[in-house]
Amino acid sequence: MTDLREIAQDLVARARRAGADAADAVLGDSDGLEVGIRLGEVEKLKRSREQRAGLRVFVGSATAIASSGDLTAAGLDALVTDAIALARVTAPDPHGGLPDQADVATAIPALDLYDAAVETMEPAPAFERCRAAEDAARAASPEITNSEGAEFGCGGGRVALATSHGFVGGYASSSFGLSAVPIATRDGQMQRDYWYSSSRTLDGLEPADAIGREAARRTLRRLGGRPVPTGEYPIVFEPEIAASLLRHLAGAIAGSALYRRASFLLDSLGETIAAPGVTVVDDPLRPGGLASRPFDGEGVASARRTIVEDGVLRSYFLDSYSARRLGLRTTGHAARSAGDAPGVSPTNLYLEAGPHTPEAIVGSVAKGLYVTELIGFGVNTVTGDYSRGAAGLWIENGELTHPVEEITIAGNLRDMLRGISMIGSDLRFRTATASPTLKIERMTVAGT
Amino acid sequence: MHDAAPERFLLERFALAPTALSTVLGTAVATRADHADLFFEHRMAQTASLEDGVVKKATRSLRQGVGVRVLAGARQGYAYSDEVSLDRLQVAARTARYIAERRSDGAVAVSVADGRPHDLYPVATPPVETPVAELAALLGRLDTVARAYDPHVTSVLASIGIEHRVILVATPDGRLVGDERPLVHLSVTCIAERGGVRQQGSHGGGGRFAFAELAARAEQFAREAARQAVTNLDAVPAPAGSMTVVLGPGWPGILLHEAVGHGLEGDFNRKGTSTFSNRIGTRVASELCTVVDDGTIAARRGSLNVDDEGTPTQRTVLIEDGILRGYLQDKQNAALMGMPLTGNGRRESFAHLPMPRMTNTFMLAGQEAPEDIIRSVDRGLYAVSFGGGSVDITSGKFVFSASEAYEIEGGKIGRPVKGATLIGNGPDVLTRISRVGHDLQLDDGIGTCGKDGQSVPVGVGLPTIRIDGITVGGTQA
Repeated sequence: MTDLREIAQDLVARARRAGADAADAVLGDSDGLEVGIRLGEVEKLKRSREQRAGLRVFVGSATAIASSGDLTAAGLDALVTDAIALARVTAPDPHGGLPDQADVATAIPALDLYDAAVETMEPAPAFERCRAAEDAARAASPEITNSEGAEFGCGGGRVALATSHGFVGGYASSSFGLSAVPIATRDGQMQRDYWYSSSRTLDGLEPADAIGREAARRTLRRLGGRPVPTGEYPIVFEPEIAASLLRHLAGAIAGSALYRRASFLLDSLGETIAAPGVTVVDDPLRPGGLASRPFDGEGVASARRTIVEDGVLRSYFLDSYSARRLGLRTTGHAARSAGDAPGVSPTNLYLEAGPHTPEAIVGSVAKGLYVTELIGFGVNTVTGDYSRGAAGLWIENGELTHPVEEITIAGNLRDMLRGISMIGSDLRFRTATASPTLKIERMTVAGT
Repeated sequence: MHDAAPERFLLERFALAPTALSTVLGTAVATRADHADLFFEHRMAQTASLEDGVVKKATRSLRQGVGVRVLAGARQGYAYSDEVSLDRLQVAARTARYIAERRSDGAVAVSVADGRPHDLYPVATPPVETPVAELAALLGRLDTVARAYDPHVTSVLASIGIEHRVILVATPDGRLVGDERPLVHLSVTCIAERGGVRQQGSHGGGGRFAFAELAARAEQFAREAARQAVTNLDAVPAPAGSMTVVLGPGWPGILLHEAVGHGLEGDFNRKGTSTFSNRIGTRVASELCTVVDDGTIAARRGSLNVDDEGTPTQRTVLIEDGILRGYLQDKQNAALMGMPLTGNGRRESFAHLPMPRMTNTFMLAGQEAPEDIIRSVDRGLYAVSFGGGSVDITSGKFVFSASEAYEIEGGKIGRPVKGATLIGNGPDVLTRISRVGHDLQLDDGIGTCGKDGQSVPVGVGLPTIRIDGITVGGTQA
């Protein structure tokens, strides 16, 4: 198999010969398998094979990018020609350029991101896992009347990056996932929910029947959902939903949002932005982590970083461009696809566990909402205004009572982060962004 | 006769003879398959983005490949690759037919549309070949226009995306159906700042037409983005609770897309997982409402000469005078439900399986003047622009988030309110429509629909309408 690092280095060399003052190249390839079962029958089998090359060039301080799936000699030549031609049209930018040499990774840590089982995965055992998950969901209750099915997917691939200032690196990674989506019916009302597991390794997946049972439990508890009266209430976010608040936080402290002044958290380094006890960490080096990476999309070394410490903002998320715009140093959070300039994204981002059991958190609420689903896009990073569709369970005197739906919850992220009044002890790393149960003291619920 | 250029272009590009396609399709259907197809695609894309008053970034990309699909009842087998050769196609065909080899059910007849493809978006020069310097010059003008609109506009981001997609669908009956699809898109985002308050406004548009046509409309988009940002500087917190809402014309048609459109896609209804399952012939909207999906409108973003299965698109009545009339279908779901094809089998790319998807979805115009509709509301909300929406098709709950809205007080438009999310129930919300304006507008060409991880360009449209009671998710309880 061709070494992608060599192709990347070759592309950079060609770009330099063609007139680029600096360049970097990203190469990637992947193979995938996806299967689905519905109502016990085979529904889908999909196999994929993809490859991609992306070249970024700098002519002076002007830049452009070309990308292609055609990795033949002619295809790579076209990449170089296209990128250079475009960079002769774009405007110079004094903040542009490759990352500073001092920030570039000098070692590439092994992070256990690849399981060779991905290479030999056959459809039959994949279908069996789906069947086991869906069967368990359907067996959970006679009220599970239908199913969107169960799906298994896995993929393995390689990525390589080379720069004209001498960095070259690459790594392989794999991913596996299993999910089930049962449908329940009561009194003519249908509800669906889902559960899933994802992992870098095949053996890291949760047992199929456990996924099916949890999917059924989540679906059944939604039956009979109804709106509640409009008012202000304490809100408890279950862990999966609480993690979405971290994603909004990450968006507001991404370098690109900050230098464009498109964030409600401008100039907040060292300021208290969240309640005491809130500590948020980004760890790209966690072995086997779903978002782990030995270096970032510009070849900058990865490091574990405290983002929020006891409510105080300690770090933004920066790539080298946004760092230069802000007069700061890159934090190694450049995310890169072949076809675009680096953007900024967190890696394994989590809010550290707190002292309270989830039961104690629900138990502390006299009248409020336990949120199990959020839908829609009603989050404004510029102002922090927040208004999203929600579903969940009503809390009355510390107990979960009836399901709730067709309501929204609204507030401002600035107040919401400062209003976190209880942090759960139930942090688990099931997803790249993870949080324990969180309670926010007060938000507006719009319903009847 | 349809121009044979796309067919010839792709087969030459991949050095394949039509006989080779027959061989591969023969391999794919050699088992107990109902149908098979090959989907070839070649996509060139060009982007340019402006920031700080100049174009600092431009990208160009090529994506090409082929997928082989086998249908057997409710089963689909698919294999794709971005390396195209006869050997690889044969391997893909054998992979895809795995699902047919193990079927236990009987054959299902899959119909093939015999209509001719439309010719909805002829362009003399593919817009993707426009010199990047022209894109940069246009973007520079937009920066000037947006900043000139109001001195409080502090930053302008603008970008142009142009793609040129050539597709080819080959089926075992020897048919080759190709399509060449230009698509241009422009978006402008402004940030306005005054007295420590910052707000954002966005606007954009595009379609399947020449770059010059985009350039002719672009300054209006820039002024709209600036106007929205500056308007929102004065926005007050939105109300919370159930109230009367008037939706302005055009892009607020996203209501139809979320509240009913997805729920009427054939796959969900075949599986009985949609809140609209088994409701054809029943009332799902007030008698003022007629909703159609129309993929045949010239040059629109959501239009297609043929869908991604080679079926010509059409105008499909979904709701007629409030009564549910039809679903949107692809080949597999039409066959399994025994219903006609509607030309809605769409896919994001060769890396994806087709599914029933919307094209341009809108409500037909009514009788009333929009001013009269606003005047009829004593207290409520007037929403004219939206950020995005989503729906749970099983429970029917949908949301969409306003990016520009106003109070209505005593029949008059009042202060702007901060973005609020509206939430409702699909089969219920259209029954509450009590007034429909005569001012049907289609959106400016910015919609992208996501389903099962696949994004496709779509259009929506709406006249001004009044909804008697929908939940507005503001903060002012």
